[in-house]
Amino acid sequence: MTQAQLEIQLLAMATAVACSLCGVFLVLRRMSLLSDAISHTVLIGIVIAFFLTGDMTSPWLLVGATTAGVFTVLLVESLQKTGVVREDAAIGLVFPALFSIAVLLISIFSKNVHLDMDAVLVGKIALTPLPSRRLEFGGYDFGPKSLALMIAIIIVNIGFIILFFKELKVSTFDPAFSKAIGFNPYWIHLGLVLSVSTTAVASFDAVGSILVVALMAAPAATAYLLTDKLSIMLVLSCIIGMLCAVLGYWLAHFLDASIAGSMATVAGILFGLTFFFAPERGLFSVWQRAKIRDRKFKLALLLVHLTQHEGTIRELEECNIESLHLHLRWDEYETRSVAFEAVESFCALQENKVLRLTPKGRIIALESLQIGTNLS
Amino acid sequence: MTGPNDKKMEFALEINDLTVSYKDKPVLWDIDLEIPQGALVGIVGPNGAGKTTLIKSILGLLKPVAGSAKILGLEIDQGIKKIAYVPQRGSVDWDFPATVFDVVQMGTYGKLGWLGRPGIKEKKLTKDALEKVGMLELAHRQISQLSGGQQQRVFLARALVQHAEIYLMDEPFQGVDSTTEQSIVELLRELRNQGATALVVHHDLQTVKDYFDWVVLLNVRKIAAGPVSDVFTETNLKLAFGSRVSLGE
Repeated sequence: MTQAQLEIQLLAMATAVACSLCGVFLVLRRMSLLSDAISHTVLIGIVIAFFLTGDMTSPWLLVGATTAGVFTVLLVESLQKTGVVREDAAIGLVFPALFSIAVLLISIFSKNVHLDMDAVLVGKIALTPLPSRRLEFGGYDFGPKSLALMIAIIIVNIGFIILFFKELKVSTFDPAFSKAIGFNPYWIHLGLVLSVSTTAVASFDAVGSILVVALMAAPAATAYLLTDKLSIMLVLSCIIGMLCAVLGYWLAHFLDASIAGSMATVAGILFGLTFFFAPERGLFSVWQRAKIRDRKFKLALLLVHLTQHEGTIRELEECNIESLHLHLRWDEYETRSVAFEAVESFCALQENKVLRLTPKGRIIALESLQIGTNLS
Repeated sequence: MTGPNDKKMEFALEINDLTVSYKDKPVLWDIDLEIPQGALVGIVGPNGAGKTTLIKSILGLLKPVAGSAKILGLEIDQGIKKIAYVPQRGSVDWDFPATVFDVVQMGTYGKLGWLGRPGIKEKKLTKDALEKVGMLELAHRQISQLSGGQQQRVFLARALVQHAEIYLMDEPFQGVDSTTEQSIVELLRELRNQGATALVVHHDLQTVKDYFDWVVLLNVRKIAAGPVSDVFTETNLKLAFGSRVSLGE
């Protein structure tokens, strides 16, 4: 692995980590769509700051972009407060408007400047190691500028989360309670918006505006399916983000494709796998649990049915294995297998094709009946 | 400053001419209400009567269009520190990645203030509260795996941790099992015996006489408020709920 390859991967990892950290709170607050908006509208801040300074590397670009991010959120919220449009519509109205103004400005005024749309959409992470983009100080080479910036953003994000961990937690879980105990959720919200905006701008340079969203939402959403604790979700989200970065880089290397695109693809694949196979919250284990629950309920139903007809004249007919499915209106095959399970688990005995309850089966049936009546 | 003797003079809550509206539709009309300290108060009224709105206005979560509320003689932003709030169980997302312990510990955050970190003392307070509601064994369970009654106990424990003087509870008996309901009532009585005041939004008219000392009958306007034996009458109930309601006596 060459030094250039290493530097690109480090930057990809740093970007993914910075985004994953914000992403956790965006996902938990159902604000992922807002990150989509912010990542697009920061462009107008960058463009305006660029026209004012004429310098593509000026730190004012970062300031301009962050301001644009916060402005987006305020605009969306005030539009929403009018009560004329809902939140999703407000986001959908604000961000294309600001984004399209930015695109227009670029295409009209910057014909001879290298602010091209390709770079805006998917970034230019492959150019990271170029000599013009290095941080040099006193004759020493401190690596790519964008890597230094990204690490600074990570430090700020981690600092924000560590300092305000309990405030972030309580205001995300229960905003009304948070306000009642003296932590106005609005300030936390604003802090989060600032953090998302700066992260989006810094990542924008590396992976472009579209993929920032993927890196914010996918690792966090994946981590959400894997853990029950906020702190672990944050750590997992970062690890998954780094995994996306490294795997994405090598996928791009072998396919000779866009690095940012490959990273987002890997993020999508990792999420998909987790969505189906996560141990607790994955689709398959949810299905499996539903199946087991369904089966247990059917068994209880059968036992209750047996108690209702125990010792009555119709018992021979109602509890006959061969006609049971006609009375319960169940599938014949399924009825057989539930009846078989009842016998297997010593809840019932079979005498001349008639099911009779054992003491154990009677207790289970009575307990089930009790639960049914308590629910009222 | 209030000494132990002056304290008796103050009402737990003093609400003056409180009107709250959504746009131009009033949800609470000119409410005057004085709640004495140490009372167990049921807030009763039909759907849309403004019961939750009343609680939220006392907490400062909603801005009134007119009038004010005072907490132990203090303005809301000062007095709010004396209140523990138990929101409706359905108001939060129980899939949030947190354990029972995490949520109950949130009750200690208020006194810690911004940037403060929960330490040994807060952990101890949290455990004590969990024990009181009988949830200590489930301390490390994920909150999404709780039953309705257990969720309500968690919220109650979170309020107990605050060791407040006033408890505001929004439908704590909604959808809980009868065991949980009984243990919540017992806890409420214990709090009252220690001098605390509790306001509880309540739906079941049959249990009002058993559970509460005081009752507030609400239907956008205040219909009546006072000791249960004086106020909880057929006539007042008809005023609050319309003619179809009766006590079944």
